[in-house]
Amino acid sequence: MTALPYFYPGARLFAAPIDLNGAGRYVHWGVVQLSVANLVIIGLMLVVFMAALLLPFPRGRGRR
Amino acid sequence: MSGMGGAGGGWTGAVRRRVVRALPPEKLLPDTQPAYMASWIYVFGVLTVAALIVVLLTGGVLALKGPAWWHVSGAGKYVNGLHLWSVELFMFFMVIHLWGKFFMAAWRGRRALTWVTGAVCFFTSIGAAFTGYLVQQNFDSQWIAGQAKDGLNSVGIGAFFNVLDFGQMLMWHIVLLPLVLGLLAIWHILLVRWRGIVPPIDAATIDPADATTREAAR
Repeated sequence: MTALPYFYPGARLFAAPIDLNGAGRYVHWGVVQLSVANLVIIGLMLVVFMAALLLPFPRGRGRR
Repeated sequence: MSGMGGAGGGWTGAVRRRVVRALPPEKLLPDTQPAYMASWIYVFGVLTVAALIVVLLTGGVLALKGPAWWHVSGAGKYVNGLHLWSVELFMFFMVIHLWGKFFMAAWRGRRALTWVTGAVCFFTSIGAAFTGYLVQQNFDSQWIAGQAKDGLNSVGIGAFFNVLDFGQMLMWHIVLLPLVLGLLAIWHILLVRWRGIVPPIDAATIDPADATTREAAR
């Protein structure tokens, strides 16, 4: 299977929304060093966790 | 020869009776659940299991084709991508499941072993993920192995767990850790079935040993 050329119709659509070819960005907080990517994922997990607690769960037919 | 419910039958009969008593079919595969389970936070356990199944299936395909396949094949890269992203989702869902169970003190009601097996699953998964990084066969894995080698040597286990030994790390990643994780996950799920889903802290206490999930739903 041959790989798609770097530029093909719709390439921009499927490309990563940020440039992944450079060095990663890190946040420093004392001895703690965290990549921005991991920080975003931790933030997403907190958002999903809170949403799971707060959003109403759909009630199925016949459920009490 | 005794029937299914009778005594006798040697050790196999004794084990069967004990298993059926602990996990009768309606408890092993329940068709109703307690009303308090109607919350999104209870969904993350099964999402974790679903992601783990995809991790194991895609890992199985990668094992069949060999560790270098994804470097030389578009299909290999795709399956490797599925493996990576199912692991990302597995960890994502597992951490939310862990937070949910921690804040509802899910070890209540004789569920300590359920909590402990889940915690050990979590730590085993971290080991499986780290050995996965080591068998990518690229500069990333070389860098990680070089850093991990110093850390492990400093605590004196580098001679037994040599992160620079690709073969050893591949075996840990595709045999030992998946085997341990798979068995622990099955044990964890059976314990959840046996003891039942933990009720919210302010809910009426239901003795899991006496109540099937069907009864608890009433």
